[in-house]
Amino acid sequence: MATVQRSGAPARAAEPSSESAVVEVCDLRMRYGSTDVLAGLTFQVHRGEVLALLGPNGAGKTTTIEILEGFRMRSAGEVSVLGVDPKHGDEAWRARLGVVLQSWRDHAKWQVRELLAHLGVYYAPYSTERIRRPWEVDDLLATVGLAQHANKRVGQLSGGQRRRLDVAIGIVGRPELLFLDEPTTGFDPEARREFHDLVHRLADIDDTTILLTTHDLDEAEKLADRIVILAGGSIIAEGSADQLTRRISAQAEIRWTLDGQRFVHATADSTAFVRNLFQQYGDAIGDLEVRRPSLEDAYITLVRDFEAGRTTTAVRDFSEVVR
Amino acid sequence: MNPTVIAARAGLTRGWIEFRQSLTNYNDLAGYILPNAIFVAVMYFQRHATIPGMPVSLGARTLPSVLGMSVGFGLILLAQQLAVEREDGTLLRAKATPNGMLGYLIGKILTVTGMTLTGCLVSFVPGVVLFGDVLTDDPRAWLHLIWVILLGFAATLPIGAVLGSLLSNPRHLGLVMLPWMALVGTSGIFYPITAYPGWAQGIAQAFPLYWLGLGARSGLLPASQAALEIGGSWRHLETAAVLGTWAIMGLILAPVVLRRMARHESGSAVEARRERALQRSGR
Repeated sequence: MATVQRSGAPARAAEPSSESAVVEVCDLRMRYGSTDVLAGLTFQVHRGEVLALLGPNGAGKTTTIEILEGFRMRSAGEVSVLGVDPKHGDEAWRARLGVVLQSWRDHAKWQVRELLAHLGVYYAPYSTERIRRPWEVDDLLATVGLAQHANKRVGQLSGGQRRRLDVAIGIVGRPELLFLDEPTTGFDPEARREFHDLVHRLADIDDTTILLTTHDLDEAEKLADRIVILAGGSIIAEGSADQLTRRISAQAEIRWTLDGQRFVHATADSTAFVRNLFQQYGDAIGDLEVRRPSLEDAYITLVRDFEAGRTTTAVRDFSEVVR
Repeated sequence: MNPTVIAARAGLTRGWIEFRQSLTNYNDLAGYILPNAIFVAVMYFQRHATIPGMPVSLGARTLPSVLGMSVGFGLILLAQQLAVEREDGTLLRAKATPNGMLGYLIGKILTVTGMTLTGCLVSFVPGVVLFGDVLTDDPRAWLHLIWVILLGFAATLPIGAVLGSLLSNPRHLGLVMLPWMALVGTSGIFYPITAYPGWAQGIAQAFPLYWLGLGARSGLLPASQAALEIGGSWRHLETAAVLGTWAIMGLILAPVVLRRMARHESGSAVEARRERALQRSGR
């Protein structure tokens, strides 16, 4: 499954549509004037999966997610979201999606409960045997941790509470697929932690598929089952956080001191090396440290390689590692 | 039940909720009271002023004129709310909700209609206390007033929706507000239009505001008052024709412009406007 798609390669990379693919994107292109914002993306998101689109600012993350949401037209390529082309998505299709928007000062005069109850009404006709829509308001308030603020006016909520309301509005229709665009921008660490817990809970309940964009590596690593790294409108790597770091380097770095002197050694088999080290020097070894490359290392290397114009080489290297 | 019907009913609820909010909110209450207090003061000071040949005082004549003008003010309210709610992302939320745009629009029209009628009453009720004895008691005239008000809403609200969709920024509302005030000045609201130069009369008669004032006067003032209007008549047929033409134009144009506006809404569009607004007022 962990294939790396060559940027710009047409249908070849597309896998036969599988039952479980909630989102299928094939050779998606977006062009403004003579600038390619998206230069041929191909990827899938599977049912129940949390996929993070990771990349520097201007990589095309938001453009991609807005095309999938049906809020933006594309220049070329095939896109299917819940089996429908977003270009032709009707209201019944829209009812199966959740979009978490960043609130600012909209609905400031509304009460929290009143607003959620109101927005839920629109989803009622799209309730099915399997998925009861909308989410019952008190239950939803408890899920996002806003129960004690139910009667507050939206304009009186704190920043963190407001973002939880944004999530509540995004999921009030019990979406099968949820979009989160840069969800924790401007959060303090505590709010971020709470938000991550909430997303984990959502992914567990109802098997909701989640597609999020972020430029925060830590966030991608914590939340995502799989990460797609975007740079300059192309996918430059794809895989779990673990796979991505292994691709950048299979070697771990080992540091230790011996008789007050510092040593560093890189090796693929760190366990054997350390065992050997102790056998040889025993108690004389101090300050032992085994460090594997982090997702951050992998990301920085990938993006730097890409920006240095070595994309094609980098992608080829990774493809070879995978095979 | 049919999703469209459910969304339409949700829109009615929405309209009622937002109208209720406007009655319990300091800013909105000030918006109801301040301008109307000025209009009532104008009528009060005009209560003994007369012009030769006019059977009622200038103040009594201003009462229905202001009523007609206040109906037309729905145009400004709707344009303003659309521009503001596009900037703050309310519209994008509606777009992300199934049939949400339908509910949003029905709600908005209802809220603005409610707010406009409330605004009318705030000046009309004290006005009736001042001039009740002068107003006509012919029930047919009151029926006439009702159709003028209904047609007036139809002629002005769709245009307000169009203008609100075209405004790229709520701070540009002055582009709608200033011509509006100029029109109020030339439309014979506070003084008979026959005293104005011909070109000003011509301009005023091309827009709904003059006809709203005329229609309201014809509904509330004694028939002899018509002598002071253009052509010495209430011109009911012309009133219906001009207001009807604006209504048809608006109803054709509004869906096209609204749809175009809605199509362009996206998270990044709202984000860009937010950045711009914060830069303006941030510090």
